[in-house]
Amino acid sequence: MAHTGIASTEQYNYEIIKKFCVMALVWGVLGMTAGVYIAAELAWPALNFDIPAITFGRLRPVHTTLVIFGFGGSALFATSYYIVQRTGQTRLYSDWMATFTFWGWQVAVAAGAVSYMFGITQAREYAEFEWPIDLLIAVTWVVYFLQYVLTLKRRSQPHIYVANWFFLAFILATAILHIFNNLAVPIGLFSLKSYSLFSGVQDAMTQWWYGHNAVGFFLTAAFLGMMYYFVPKQAGRPVYSYRLSIIHFWALSFLYMWVGGHHLHWTALPDWTSTLAATFSIMLLLPSWGGMINGIMTLSGAWEKLRTDPIMLFLITALSFYGMSTFEGPLMSLKSVNALSHYTDWTIGHVHSGALGWVAMVSFGSFYHLIPRLWDTRIYSTKLIYVHFWLATIGILLYITALWVAGIVQGLMLRSFDDYGNLAYTFVETVAFLHKPYVVRVLGGAFFVLGILVMSYNVYLTVRRSHLEAAAIEAKLAAKMAKA
Amino acid sequence: MIKHESIETNAGLLIVLTLIVISIGGLVEIVPLFFINDTVEKVEGVRPYTALELRGRDIYQREGCYLCHSQMIRPFRDEWLRYGHYSLAAESKFDHPFQWGSKRTGPDLARVGNKYSNEWHVAHMVNPRDVVPQSIMPNYPWLLETDLDFSDVQNRMRALKMTGVPYSESQEEYDSNVTEFGPDVADQLDILQAEENLMEQALANDYDGQRDRITEMDAMIAYLQMLGTMVDFSQYEEGYFAEFR
Repeated sequence: MAHTGIASTEQYNYEIIKKFCVMALVWGVLGMTAGVYIAAELAWPALNFDIPAITFGRLRPVHTTLVIFGFGGSALFATSYYIVQRTGQTRLYSDWMATFTFWGWQVAVAAGAVSYMFGITQAREYAEFEWPIDLLIAVTWVVYFLQYVLTLKRRSQPHIYVANWFFLAFILATAILHIFNNLAVPIGLFSLKSYSLFSGVQDAMTQWWYGHNAVGFFLTAAFLGMMYYFVPKQAGRPVYSYRLSIIHFWALSFLYMWVGGHHLHWTALPDWTSTLAATFSIMLLLPSWGGMINGIMTLSGAWEKLRTDPIMLFLITALSFYGMSTFEGPLMSLKSVNALSHYTDWTIGHVHSGALGWVAMVSFGSFYHLIPRLWDTRIYSTKLIYVHFWLATIGILLYITALWVAGIVQGLMLRSFDDYGNLAYTFVETVAFLHKPYVVRVLGGAFFVLGILVMSYNVYLTVRRSHLEAAAIEAKLAAKMAKA
Repeated sequence: MIKHESIETNAGLLIVLTLIVISIGGLVEIVPLFFINDTVEKVEGVRPYTALELRGRDIYQREGCYLCHSQMIRPFRDEWLRYGHYSLAAESKFDHPFQWGSKRTGPDLARVGNKYSNEWHVAHMVNPRDVVPQSIMPNYPWLLETDLDFSDVQNRMRALKMTGVPYSESQEEYDSNVTEFGPDVADQLDILQAEENLMEQALANDYDGQRDRITEMDAMIAYLQMLGTMVDFSQYEEGYFAEFR
């Protein structure tokens, strides 16, 4: 990448992207390791060790927060700052704002994780941050929004590239969701405890409107922005259909916001709301698959890259998992299917086929493309990218198949009756059944963690090589200067 | 006909249109829930939590119980047999935040109240495998060893009052609670008496089996033993609640 030499460090702010990349990997390793640990606690409860801070209930939000907001969030900051600069051919509006978003975000993630271990939590899934951290996130997010828009404003291209639409929608939606779902009354100015403003059924609907759109906008729309830039770049071809990307964007943005109620089927939420949510969930299949097709077909005419380019392998596998989990999602939103799947591990498996298969894989692929360009060198080892790919893929497959078995069998056991019409199984009998699938799940997770460790090692050596190369060039220059 | 190009070249327009498009779903689905009267059933007996139950609920949240236990029974035959009558929206109308849960790694707790003895709960919390050998729940021995901090319980009730829970501070509010819930419950909802009420309930019931102290276990078990016991379902015709769904 000779053309992204010294000139580009002035043209673009790469330093901030490097920082976010490194933190994405740090949070990724920590968060996924926490995930494997809590999975192991379910298989072997002795691992809770009677230590409050590491019991399942306190560590589970640590896992979700570190992977969603730490890993996912940092990856999104990194790639969005890269994409908005490259597609607009302009430098970020403000270096100061970039640094502010970096520290604001990292402090929020770290403070959140530590506070959960001390039992400080709002007890809302994926929104466990207590109110002071929520305020910090809100401020950081406003600065992020301003940074993004002001950078777009000074672009030197007339068009705003499609990837940026998705990032904008993600920034706007996340702001709205975060603010309304975290409305709460603190018990005092100097207390970390607060109670949510809404209660019961309204609170439940607000939370799952938030919860599902954390998936829809944070973990989908934004990562689609990533996909719309890095897939065409890596393939060396334009996006398959520009028109499809327009339909994809507007339909996805509109439909996602309706579907949160499918987390509350058969509950005390009124039927009209959950039926509406199910209807829109089924419709959502269309833009989701439109996007997947658009991404995969971008490779048409260059399919041989799947044989020679492990980065392409990551990106296309990510899109395949995206397609699979966006088919599974509408299926599970059908009330009759949900009656079986809800409250079981099937849901957890579904989330992970999206989170590991789509979110993490597309991030890994994008990072392998991005990191050598940021540090102006080549990747240390292509072979290790292949190793990572297979570790990750095997890990995901073990994970989701184990939880299909766990969820579906438990669901069936709970609703089976004997010849006299009595329940055939007690609850704890289904728990006993889950042990083996839970062990396989731990194994799958461990494969995945091993994969990201291999990646971290590869990235570390790549960065080191970049420094060595820079030093060598400097030495050469110095020698020349001395001669002259 | 506007061309899409005009949106692609105008960041302001793109932002405004995106905001409109993403706002509609939430507005249509959430806002009516606050205004349609039938959303929450009309039913007698549901009251705000006593000071001790409230502290128990706080600990329930602190420990992340909601991550493995739901409090929402669905209208299916197996759930009826296993847990009891399906949950009503009214039963969680004072829950800030709601604790319906999303995953049952353990059983539903919406109607766990009065199902087991206090002694069973203590034993189960200290080591679940002593009473349920195949359980995978963590041990919570520290609940029995930690004295309950209720120094800020009045502030907690005041915060909840701001969200709309009818805890009382003035005579007027107290009187309205007497009309709504009866004098006994109204006393329990009085913020100024909260600390005495809490101690009295803990000492009178001695949930944790330790007479001389009030521990977090007292609060936790007081909370659990109340869950799902407020509505007397024998008072209502079969099918009455279906009208609200």
